[in-house]
Amino acid sequence: MSNSFYGPLDPAPDAGWRDDQPRKGFFTDTSVCIGCKACEVACKEWNAVPEDGLLMLGSSYDNTGALGASTWRHVKFIEQPKSFGHQDAGMAGTAAGPAMTDVLNRTADSALVGDRNALGTDHSGLALLGQPVPPAKPAPVELGMPLSVLPGAADGAQRTEFRWLMESDVCKHCTHAACLDVCPTGALFRTEFGTVVVQDDICNGCGYCVPACPFGVIDRRVGEKGVTKNEGIAQKCTLCYDRIGDGLEPACAQACPTQSIQYGDVDELRERAQARVDALHEQGVHDARLYGHDTHDGIGGLGAFFLLLDEPEVYGLPPDPVVTTRDLPEMWRKAGLAALTMLAGAAAVFGGRR
Amino acid sequence: MGLRDAFLGWPVVRQVTGTDPLGRGAAAQSAHTAALRPRTATADRVVQSICPYCAVGCGQRVFVKDEKVVQIEGDPDSPVSRGRLCPKGSASEQFVNGDRRVTTVRYRRARGTEWEDLPLERAMDMIVDRMLDTRERTWQSEVEGKKVNRTLGFASLGGATLDNEENYLIKKLFTALGAIQVENQARI
Amino acid sequence: MAECHPVGFQWVMEAKMRGAKVIHIDPRFTRTSALADQHVPIRVGSDIAFLGGVVNYILSNEKDFREYVVAYTNAATILRADFVDTEDLDGLFSGYDPETASYDGESWQYAGHGQEAGSRGQDPDDAGETNSGHELGGRGATLETSRVERDETLQHPRCVYQVLKRHYARYTPEMVEQVTGVPVEQFLAVCEAVTENSGRERTTAWVYSVGWTHHSTGVQYIRGSAIIQLLLGNMGRPGGGIMALRGHASIQGSTDIPTLFNLLPGYLPMPVAGEHDSLDDYVATISEPGMKGFWTGARSYSVNLLKAWYGDAAQPENDFCFDLLPKLTGDHGTYQTVMDQIDGKVEGYFLVGQNPAVGSAQAKMHRMGLAGLKWLVVRDVNMIESATFWKDGPEIATGELRTEDIETEVFFLPAATHVEKAGSFTQTQRMVQWRHKAVDPPGDARPELDFYYELGVRLRERLAGSTDPKDRMLLDLTWGYRVDEHGDVDGESVLAEINGRFETGEKAGQMLPGFTSMKDDGSTSGGCWIYSGIYKDGVNQSARRKPGQEQDWVAAEWAWAWPMDRRTLYNRASADPDGKPWSERKAYVWWDQELDDGAGRWTGYDVPDFEVSKPPSYRPPAGTGGPEGLAGDDPFIMQADGKGWLYAPSGLIDGPMPTHYEPHESPVSNPLYTVQASPTRQIIKRKDNLSNPSAGEPGDDVFPYVFTTYRLTEHHTAGGMSRWVPYLAELQPEMFCEVSPELAAERGLDNLGWATITTARTAIEARVLVTDRVTPLHVGGKVIHQIGLPYHWGVGSDAYVTGDSANDLLGLVLDANVHIQESKAGSCDITAGRRPTGPALLRHVEAYRSRAGVSVETGNQQVRRVPGDVVHESRDRA
Repeated sequence: MSNSFYGPLDPAPDAGWRDDQPRKGFFTDTSVCIGCKACEVACKEWNAVPEDGLLMLGSSYDNTGALGASTWRHVKFIEQPKSFGHQDAGMAGTAAGPAMTDVLNRTADSALVGDRNALGTDHSGLALLGQPVPPAKPAPVELGMPLSVLPGAADGAQRTEFRWLMESDVCKHCTHAACLDVCPTGALFRTEFGTVVVQDDICNGCGYCVPACPFGVIDRRVGEKGVTKNEGIAQKCTLCYDRIGDGLEPACAQACPTQSIQYGDVDELRERAQARVDALHEQGVHDARLYGHDTHDGIGGLGAFFLLLDEPEVYGLPPDPVVTTRDLPEMWRKAGLAALTMLAGAAAVFGGRR
Repeated sequence: MGLRDAFLGWPVVRQVTGTDPLGRGAAAQSAHTAALRPRTATADRVVQSICPYCAVGCGQRVFVKDEKVVQIEGDPDSPVSRGRLCPKGSASEQFVNGDRRVTTVRYRRARGTEWEDLPLERAMDMIVDRMLDTRERTWQSEVEGKKVNRTLGFASLGGATLDNEENYLIKKLFTALGAIQVENQARI
Repeated sequence: MAECHPVGFQWVMEAKMRGAKVIHIDPRFTRTSALADQHVPIRVGSDIAFLGGVVNYILSNEKDFREYVVAYTNAATILRADFVDTEDLDGLFSGYDPETASYDGESWQYAGHGQEAGSRGQDPDDAGETNSGHELGGRGATLETSRVERDETLQHPRCVYQVLKRHYARYTPEMVEQVTGVPVEQFLAVCEAVTENSGRERTTAWVYSVGWTHHSTGVQYIRGSAIIQLLLGNMGRPGGGIMALRGHASIQGSTDIPTLFNLLPGYLPMPVAGEHDSLDDYVATISEPGMKGFWTGARSYSVNLLKAWYGDAAQPENDFCFDLLPKLTGDHGTYQTVMDQIDGKVEGYFLVGQNPAVGSAQAKMHRMGLAGLKWLVVRDVNMIESATFWKDGPEIATGELRTEDIETEVFFLPAATHVEKAGSFTQTQRMVQWRHKAVDPPGDARPELDFYYELGVRLRERLAGSTDPKDRMLLDLTWGYRVDEHGDVDGESVLAEINGRFETGEKAGQMLPGFTSMKDDGSTSGGCWIYSGIYKDGVNQSARRKPGQEQDWVAAEWAWAWPMDRRTLYNRASADPDGKPWSERKAYVWWDQELDDGAGRWTGYDVPDFEVSKPPSYRPPAGTGGPEGLAGDDPFIMQADGKGWLYAPSGLIDGPMPTHYEPHESPVSNPLYTVQASPTRQIIKRKDNLSNPSAGEPGDDVFPYVFTTYRLTEHHTAGGMSRWVPYLAELQPEMFCEVSPELAAERGLDNLGWATITTARTAIEARVLVTDRVTPLHVGGKVIHQIGLPYHWGVGSDAYVTGDSANDLLGLVLDANVHIQESKAGSCDITAGRRPTGPALLRHVEAYRSRAGVSVETGNQQVRRVPGDVVHESRDRA
């Protein structure tokens, strides 16, 4: 099934563009990401996105926390007791105690919650309401082992495998973009490149788009009225609409030192991504997989898709995302029928009186 | 723009009459959005430079508009960096235009508790006074009967983001003053 | 490398994609480890044992590239009979003087050099050279003659090859595991990878950074990898070499054209009082007439520098004004200066783009030094902590200093950023790249170039007419640089002076094409001989910008590399002794007999680092010195014998071969020798520089953990260029420590909670990051916990993010060769919770000192017995 709201689609022509621009997007290959965060900074510098909070999160090297109105690229760090292909992480035989990664990941989650409740960042719904909430200190880590042991006495199970995953997350520029479908002002629109962009001169900050996004990407900017640029307005990655219109790469892709972020025609990127997955499988990295490349998924494929090394949930991505407006036509149809029925009923009532 | 054009340019009219009946694309594009140009394209000039952070020496392109730096990004021509930059290099524009950057001379007198203003010219003269005064009083012609021609009265410690030409002048000037305690981040 | 040089790491990733194996040896699992094929967690301070183990593996399995080793290294050279190795003296080489804790390196020389034992004089001045590494300049070391005895079968028991083999025989995989904590299998995997990927067809590169140099034995770390690379034939070849990844935009340049107390431009040494009373004396200590190689041009390089500085005043009759140069009488390095500041001996200080109150080891001493000055000039872009120590430094909080009592007058002068001035940076591969100016600096901000030029102008005006000889030093100086309509100095006119020019003759006024055109008679001038050629043909070669995509992989037309635009040093070694590439896939520079009408010439992708018309078959007449003394198969043209040194017969003051010693502060007893720490390390016994007890000393259990310091991708050194930049500050907003889950359990540390880390110097607090990326290591029968400490934050009030500085924890102990501090390895304690504040912090530290029995003697013992009867003093006391 394919229509304007669900299934495979070339989104730009569907949105009325007639100039044959190939669809543009990102392929983010996490297998070569070094977690340097150049993408976060290059994005902010180009788009004049404000600083987004000076809090440490205790979540590996991630102090950004989440995508939001003032964070359009977000590098995630995941420490795991698994191996990266044939990599020898050097842990085997060296450790004196059990691995911490599972405990750590729990802490990371709680730290993230703490940050989302914190003041002054765009990750906070509360701050929007102007209610100051001090940063929550996460609960102490339960280490599951006795304290106060002497050095060397903590001989237990040994660590064996370890890997450190990094992923630069970004707006997915969905084929079927719910944020756009629910926008009542036309601020969110589909560009000729098939990308989804907020027009900050149109947006009135109503916020309908925020819950519509299945990935939690778009948000309204928190800040000081009259001081912070675009305060209260919904913001997210534009795939550097102004740059790509001039034949340039988006700022993040241009900066990326290892070409983890690749920009280009989505069709070509999909081929490149498949070749990369095949190569990784050959090299023994069997858990390499693509995410969001499939045009038959619940979004109709993502304009910005990923090569992951584990299940999407590990990266905080929904495993089977579905556009939240998938049933919109059906809903409208039913709503229309109901309205007609009501009208008919009303007509009958009034008509009957006559 | 005539009345007719204004009417036809009205989004809802574009939506109804154009190719985008759902009003999610071409019809929704605002005039402001349609007119967007990257500031790299509208800059008055582009200057080739080198990143000031680590010693990889990545190429940078500095875009200037109205005598102000408006963008710094990687130089694709550089065989070192091929247009890429790390987070520090990518933050160069904010470093240059930093809002906490101090751009006037500040002076703290002995035992003072606050900064004071000082004209640059006056500061230069005061520094010259102190250098000559210290040099005069701490001059060593000989140490243990051996000729040394020097002062240990003032010293210098430079960072490693100084230009070669600057280091050259520092070493030349201080050596000629007999000030041998000239050091650099390179030993740190 | 991914952490601190991310954009450089793209080439490692590209190599990996093409099949290269990437090994990362580091105490922590970092962003580099994440993408390496193998990560090897190692105990900090044990790398020489690891490298020595690799040497032992190569030699005992005969994995060396024998043809290269015999032809290009000093493996065949015979040593003197009176040399005695550490293996026979329990950790000391022959020549150790227990009175001065230093070596007389006479017996380390090649056979036939120096005065053989028995006949040698007792004059203590003989030891001059080996006692003070900083007097060497960068010239390596002299040999009195190029004549050496060689046994190319490598069988002679006193040939370097055999000496090396014996020296490292005990560095077995099992010993490596015992010292470094690296399991045997992991270690052998590295040995196999390195040897399998070296030889004719393949090369291996080693990359290091300050993780190797910041040790009391740092120079010997680098020597360790040099030995491996020479044995495997990886020097002077594409894909080989030893890469020093330098941390700052022009830190390479600031050693080449130095702002270092012991160097003049081009690695010429600063003259020393009593030793260098004349130019002849001076030159004689740099080069001996019988030496081979290009250092024999030292007189020419020196005269050209003096000519550049003193112009017409510099004449042959007055020794080219050599006499005007100030002279050294010892160590005048940063740390010595800081101690003199504390002791009230230094009145004034210029801090130029440097933030020692946060970024230097023993940062508290630096702050106390600043408080001891009469006047301080800080030139920076941001209001760094070194400018504000008098009002918001940590010592104000503890009450050790009171703002109202600090006499220091502080001038803060705003500086220009890199885009607000034109000039050159020298990057990590010696490539000089010119920056064009984009905009004018704002307000009072000025480039250093203008500041120092203007300072010179005013100083000279004030002294004009003076007849005082000490003012001649300044007044005779050439100071006529080109200025623009605003009075700003044109950096290119300075670069032109550095390049040098013909002073007389028909080319007078023209730029020198390179240092080989320099003359020692005053007819040419040049401010830095190794940079000569950078302004060849009157063109700023460092500003060349032919796009990389329009060039081959060497990209020879982008910028300019010293010397003579050579991109890979010693590249004659990329060809075999006959001048043919070792293999087609590793062809780089070779001899082509067809060229120049059959006369032949060296050619290739790079500028040959060799005399281009000297054929491989050339053999100099016996006893010839200088460049003419180099044979056609002597690729190491700066070495006094033309060979790569597996063994350093001179030039190092702590031994001719790397030997494992424990760091100055270590909870581990040296498993290899009774001598615990480097016997020649430069210790600084002061009440404000206390050391923790090391293994075997009383109180060693008070500081049971090891810490190491490092940088993060998101920040730059002491933060002056990152903590004031919100986009960077938000990425790593707080000081933290990285600990293993095991240590967290042992000390009750919570992730994201606080920890207090204490040494005999002070205590700091940090947020805790509990991570599997830090692993406890089994070392010598116990478990060693290591704590990672980034050092970007400082206590102040102006930056976006602040915090305690890891550098406050460090004590000062230096590598005696270069006076660089051991900041990568120290011992400490760690406890949960925040540190005490105010005067309570001092009491907290005092309680630790008292519990550990720390005095100024603690940890500072040096070997006081004569070789043959060596017992470390700490053992006597234990």
